[in-house]
Amino acid sequence: MTTPTSVAGPRRILPLLLSVRQQLASLKLTLVLLGLSMILVFAGTLDQVNLGIWAVQEKYFRSFVVYGQVGPVSVPLFPGGYLVGGLLMLNLTAAFLGRFALTWRKSGLLLSHFGLILLLVGELLTGLWQEDFHLRLSMGETRNYAESFQATELAFTDITEAKFDEVVAIPEALLAGKESLQHPKLPFRVVTKAYYPNSSLAMRGHEGGAVMATAGLGLRILAAPQPVTYRPKERNAPSAFVELSAPDRSLGVYLVSLLLDQPQEFVHEGRTWRIALRPKRVYQPYSLTLLKFSHDRYAGTQIPKNFSSRLRLNTPDGRDDREVLIYMNNPLRYGGLTFYQSGFENNDRTTILQVVRNPSWLIPYVACGLMSVGLLLQFGVHLAGFVGRRRTANLPPPALA
Amino acid sequence: MNTRLPLFVLLAVTAGVAFTLRTPRLGGEFDLDAFTRVPTLVNGRVKPVDTVARTSLLMLQGRQRVVAPDGRTVAPAEWLLDMFFKPLQADRYQVFEVVHPDVLAMLGLATTDGAGGKRFSLTQLQPRLMELDRQARLADDVEGAARTPFQRAVVQLRDAVILYQRLQTCAAAPGIETFLEDLARLEQNLPAAVAAVRSAPTGTAAPGGKTDAGGWSALSRAFTVMDEFGYLRLVPPAAGVAAEEGWRTIGGAWSATLASGQLEPSAQALAALGRAWQRGNAAEFNRLVRAQRERTMAAWPEMKRKTDFETRFNAAQPFYTSMALYVAAALVAFFSWLRWPEELGRIAFGLVGLAFVLTSGGILARMWLEARPPVTNLYSSALFVGWGAVALCLVLEYFFRNAVGSVAAGLIGFAALLIAHHLSLGGDTMEMMRAVLDSNFWLATHVVTITVGYSATFLAGLLAILYIVRGALTRSLDRATADALARMIYGIVCFATFFSLVGTVLGGIWADQSWGRFWGWDPKENGALLIVLWNAIILHARSGGYVRQRGLAVLAVFGNVVTAWSWFGVNMLGVGLHSYGFMGAAFWWLILFVASQLAVMLIAALPWAQWRSAQLLAAGVAGRAAAGRG
Repeated sequence: MTTPTSVAGPRRILPLLLSVRQQLASLKLTLVLLGLSMILVFAGTLDQVNLGIWAVQEKYFRSFVVYGQVGPVSVPLFPGGYLVGGLLMLNLTAAFLGRFALTWRKSGLLLSHFGLILLLVGELLTGLWQEDFHLRLSMGETRNYAESFQATELAFTDITEAKFDEVVAIPEALLAGKESLQHPKLPFRVVTKAYYPNSSLAMRGHEGGAVMATAGLGLRILAAPQPVTYRPKERNAPSAFVELSAPDRSLGVYLVSLLLDQPQEFVHEGRTWRIALRPKRVYQPYSLTLLKFSHDRYAGTQIPKNFSSRLRLNTPDGRDDREVLIYMNNPLRYGGLTFYQSGFENNDRTTILQVVRNPSWLIPYVACGLMSVGLLLQFGVHLAGFVGRRRTANLPPPALA
Repeated sequence: MNTRLPLFVLLAVTAGVAFTLRTPRLGGEFDLDAFTRVPTLVNGRVKPVDTVARTSLLMLQGRQRVVAPDGRTVAPAEWLLDMFFKPLQADRYQVFEVVHPDVLAMLGLATTDGAGGKRFSLTQLQPRLMELDRQARLADDVEGAARTPFQRAVVQLRDAVILYQRLQTCAAAPGIETFLEDLARLEQNLPAAVAAVRSAPTGTAAPGGKTDAGGWSALSRAFTVMDEFGYLRLVPPAAGVAAEEGWRTIGGAWSATLASGQLEPSAQALAALGRAWQRGNAAEFNRLVRAQRERTMAAWPEMKRKTDFETRFNAAQPFYTSMALYVAAALVAFFSWLRWPEELGRIAFGLVGLAFVLTSGGILARMWLEARPPVTNLYSSALFVGWGAVALCLVLEYFFRNAVGSVAAGLIGFAALLIAHHLSLGGDTMEMMRAVLDSNFWLATHVVTITVGYSATFLAGLLAILYIVRGALTRSLDRATADALARMIYGIVCFATFFSLVGTVLGGIWADQSWGRFWGWDPKENGALLIVLWNAIILHARSGGYVRQRGLAVLAVFGNVVTAWSWFGVNMLGVGLHSYGFMGAAFWWLILFVASQLAVMLIAALPWAQWRSAQLLAAGVAGRAAAGRG
């Protein structure tokens, strides 16, 4: 099955490699993988009733193995999306390298399968690169940052200078690691004493109980951990107890929480700091001002006809200063971000825009084009051949005996 | 057999179909035809009252026909007039369908009390309406998917009663029997009434007080109730107002009259129309109804064209006619396999063609009325799935001429229209599109492509069923037909793959445009993906030689299961961004369908020797005898 080589080493390896490649490129593997993906997708759809869409994505599609609970132990049940998708990718690539012949008759097949590879790559990149934020703007309000849906950050703001604030933001993941953190811009270390991915707050009653905080609001407010939620419209409210330690002494243990609206202030070495756990922010080099949010309904009904936000887009350098209109199915793409009309609140006076950064957004469009053309070519060639044969054959209609 | 016979038969059928398309005439003294075309605004769309009457009846009782207690058949528009102006008489028409035995027991009714054992009048429900309301409130607290059949039936009936009452409330105030006479009195004493209402702010006036001898404040409160609960907006906007904004309810118009002292001619005319209907004064009724149409239509010529056309479309019922044609075509084509293949085959082909033209016309008419691409909701997707599959069948039949295409077209066309009929019981099928769906470009590309994908997958499945049933259960599948069927299945699967794949990816692009992600693993997206994956499996299994004819057929039948799940099943989960087409009761039908498909697959799996056509197939080309074994 392979060409023999005179070199001793590769003599064993090469046939093995070729055999592996042949196995990888086999149609049987394709069929098995397609079948597995069907089961995976079906199970992942059904489970959305229980888990919600986000948890299902993590459990079934953005994982290598799907685990299930058998009693108290979690056991691997099924290959996950990354594994099946990755193997399909290997299978396709191997077929490209080995099995597919570059002929005109097969060009449609080649093109459509190449489009498929591109689509899978695009999805992988999207999974890796895409970030989602949202931007809430009330009428007349101007902002130059968007906030994350899921991620939070611990922000220290030095507000001593009147003209500017200096912000150091620590991502949630580092807090959850409970390590001692030192940042060159911060004159103290940050040590996580406790971290709750989801929590509730309550005023501290007279009965007391153990208090972890030694300074700030945490003296009066208690935080209790809550189970993590995966429901599509709910957000986890993390809380943490963090100790700030200067080289010589502790500045106190603070309770920080997404549920606390106002940052807490303290003074250290003559500088005034603010500390707050807040949704992760992404700053843009331009600002958006909400001029008008419209929510049209069909006459005499509550059926929404259209949502739209008229905004002013402004860059500090003055290059862009124009009005933009964002509405359903018509996002604004600007500076690597895409702004979508996502929702509204506050009696139609506040708009919620979804902000997405996805450097690979164009790939699916190209992939779609390639696959369509490829399949058209492939089936078109078949169809033309079939019609041609029918014409020449001119068969009598088969009737029953 | 006479070779001209097919032509004659088809000409006769065509003439019959043309007869159903003629301008409808309801007859009788009263010009009901003019009334059917009176425009109104409901749920955001301007439509003739005819549509309102028909869709309301479908929602209440699942059919458009009303039979009066004296056995007389009442046209939908006439029923609506009685609802408006003779509510006490209308309350005795049996128009509520109640079938759940526990609900009947709760209402203190027996099946023998109802027309056809299941239709009851409001008068019959009246004594237990409070109990119905209480039970429905109890059910309201339970999430839709978790309700018991009893709770679902209760909620459905309560909603039907509300719809009924809202219909009655749009033309006359509930509980005031002299309402129309009161309006006539109001017209004559308008200045006094305006003054009385102004001096006594709403809510504080004592009826019969010094300043309100005419009871105007009570009337004013009735107008407010009518404005709030009335289902239809019957008073057209004044000329110059944006066409869909200025529509008012009759109650709203009279409230405005009381506030401004200005009479609203349309509200006046409708009140006079009601009086004429009550008194049985046909001449007056006819004069008023025509004048009302003239007044509205002069300002809105485009609306006139659409409402006139919609009324005719309603009366012609092209989809019901097509259903009958498809059944006939399937039967004729089926018999062509037994006798006279040439003549019967041509008749069947012609019948399918005729039904296809008729459904195409119906779909085009809906597109023009809505100014939308063909598929906008589940109902229209059912129409279009059937239409697409029949189109493919016509192509197949043109090439193969073995009546397989006609049988398939008849079955699938009928099934799709039957499904559409059941989906139409939910209300007006020409709904306004929610903001996120309001994009003709994406509706025309993504939705149409994906629906064609459904059509083709279903058609491949049906052809496969024909292959299996004929092969395993009859001695009629010869080698040539088997080969032809297998080739058809393969070709249609290719077609299905292309459209499902392109449609799915286009859907991803639409999602990227509107929600900012190409793929979100939303149930509807996953459903579409499953179809693509399954079709890909079929094609790869065939090209790898893992299946031959029989295997191909078995796989294609399972395509039906996958497609039905994607089309309806995911809507039943009630999760995700796409779940605007939620439906509960059809779940058991889906289970039944899946079971039937699995049964067919089991039949196909019978040992080869058990296939009744095995010998016939083996007797084909000797070298290819084994080709049938999948």
